[in-house]
Amino acid sequence: MSQSTEEKQLNPTLAYLVRKQSLVVPVIAVLVAFAIGAVLIYFQGVNPLSAYKTIFQSALGSERGLQRTLEKTTPLILAGLAVAVALRVGLFNIGAQGQLIMGAFFATWAGFTFTNLPALMHIFVGLLAGITAGAIWAGIAGVLKAYRGVHEVISTIMLNSIAIALLDYLVNYRFKEPDQSLPRTVPILESAKLPQLGFIPLGFLLALAVALFISWLINRTTTGFRLNTVGTNKFAAAYAGIKIKYVVVGGMLLSGGLAGLGGAIETLGITHRFEPAFNKGLGFDGITIALLARANPIATIPAAFLVGVLRSGAPTLQFDTGLEPEIVDLLLALTLLFVAAPILGKLIFRKRAEKTQNVSSGWGS
Amino acid sequence: MSKFFQDHQKPVLWTLLVVFLAYGFYFWDSVRTTSILNFSLSYALPLILAAMVGIIGERSGVVNIGIEGQMLLSAFVAFFAAVATGSLIMGAFLGMAAGLLAGAFLGIAAVKWEMDQIIAGVVINIVAAGITSFYYTPGKSLPAIVPRIKIPILSEIPLIGPVFFNKSVFVYMTLIIVVVLQVMLFTSKWGLRTRAVGEYPSAADTAGINVYRTRIFNVAIAGILAGTAGAYLSLDAAGWFERGFTAGRGFLALAIMIFGAWNPLGAMAAALFFGFASGVASQLQADAVIDIPQQLINMLPYVMTLVILSFAAGKVRPPGAVGQPYKKEG
Repeated sequence: MSQSTEEKQLNPTLAYLVRKQSLVVPVIAVLVAFAIGAVLIYFQGVNPLSAYKTIFQSALGSERGLQRTLEKTTPLILAGLAVAVALRVGLFNIGAQGQLIMGAFFATWAGFTFTNLPALMHIFVGLLAGITAGAIWAGIAGVLKAYRGVHEVISTIMLNSIAIALLDYLVNYRFKEPDQSLPRTVPILESAKLPQLGFIPLGFLLALAVALFISWLINRTTTGFRLNTVGTNKFAAAYAGIKIKYVVVGGMLLSGGLAGLGGAIETLGITHRFEPAFNKGLGFDGITIALLARANPIATIPAAFLVGVLRSGAPTLQFDTGLEPEIVDLLLALTLLFVAAPILGKLIFRKRAEKTQNVSSGWGS
Repeated sequence: MSKFFQDHQKPVLWTLLVVFLAYGFYFWDSVRTTSILNFSLSYALPLILAAMVGIIGERSGVVNIGIEGQMLLSAFVAFFAAVATGSLIMGAFLGMAAGLLAGAFLGIAAVKWEMDQIIAGVVINIVAAGITSFYYTPGKSLPAIVPRIKIPILSEIPLIGPVFFNKSVFVYMTLIIVVVLQVMLFTSKWGLRTRAVGEYPSAADTAGINVYRTRIFNVAIAGILAGTAGAYLSLDAAGWFERGFTAGRGFLALAIMIFGAWNPLGAMAAALFFGFASGVASQLQADAVIDIPQQLINMLPYVMTLVILSFAAGKVRPPGAVGQPYKKEG
């Protein structure tokens, strides 16, 4: 009540901004990060305006570029969703990367193993294999958290490293393409490949549909209510008779399944085989995307698109100006810094800044 | 002496057992034993320092997930500062300063801004990765190597001598830091205040301790240790730097901290155990005693961490107020 009377005293524009600050803060964070990035680019001896122009023109200026951008955006949406869903349950899934590459590998495996499937069926089996692999990988962390009290941040990081080593082993020994010096698997069969619709990858539409579905699931169903309740107040959830352990494990399964699906779509739609060098850093971009989107499933779409544009335009930038593509990592890191730290919100809105979401819990709980 | 033994029966017995076994193996195969123990120590050293960072933070109530990023940033700064200035000391010094800066950021973000501590740590990690990978330039080499300092007499002792007393200044510093921290944490005024702030901040506040200042100070100071770990990695252990250089050691350190029950000496023992397990695996691999692919050996510390944590996490008790921002009432 007092909140609204306070708002009435503000001038209408500011009151509007205060109400919409979960939208305003990320946008300003991006702008500030780009401004600081411009200074850094300038010190590298490159004109920042033309650098940004190169990125956006290369990523959005042509049908070819747009297609590449959408391809990059697709797994990012799912990685962002994976982190966002976990955040809603009060879990910080840093392991989206490991879950995603597990999904990518097992989708590849399904793609070259099952030979006599009709195309639609084969794609479905491939996606399912990816989802399952990702879900199991995250599920380990969920079980360890719920039943052994191991904090998910540590366990998912460990599982990332284990996944990298395990897959490195598998592509070097068990599933190595014969007569190849590069450690990589054989390509998937034609029947498992996700097709394109014009310049729009089918996987992109799938990712959009999944984002809508997750938004509905989180905001409109009893399952979503349970997830949110455990995320916001464990004690209230326990009091209401929600089985927290199940929700924690279920939340991690869902989160990992999304990351695994991201890897599977990437494999079936674009890379068509598994190589350890593929899918680098997607899971970590997922963290930035989820926090930029304030853990809102629909908002992961534009956040992922922004990251996709930068990632898609970076190689051209290097070709044109010699600026290392790692500038994107720096820009995203700055964005994350400003979106996560409440400095901006406090600077703009003073006392009316919303609290950052509290997701951490002690090691024991 | 007998009182000390009664109070610390288990650790003393374990230490004696380990020393006994080590010398047993030493007389059986002195070359391999020395090489495995050397490997263990150099593997464990950054983990020990990083675990101290975690312990100081959590004992005062602040989770530090950003150790990895602090180490990465300091390793980067130490290496390139040493290259630019031509002085290893300058490199190490600036590396520590970078650690301090990152630590201060975490302290201020977590305490003053009441930012979620885990998110603040992850931000440090991602920002450090972004900075170090953008400004990284390949093909640079250090002006000199870090000298070994032979401690007279002590370095002549078989096994212990070459392993512990013929090392770089980083090794001696680390060993001293661990012991000093162990004593300080449990007997000094600073230690009591730190633990009070981490266990029960409102009680500490009532007793007149400034919770905010203690927490920020501790987390920032701990950053210097993370900086030391980073400088050790790039200047001494490796002698080079590359993107993603720290390879998850900051996270292993957190597991080691838990394994060591938030005690400096316990964490050191845990880190040495990790180093030992990896050392044995590499030695067996090198001798072709077992034929395990390198990738699976690389997996070992991470799998060990998960297994150990899943048994230890329920058994040890973290500081009471870890992860919770303190808010003064009224």
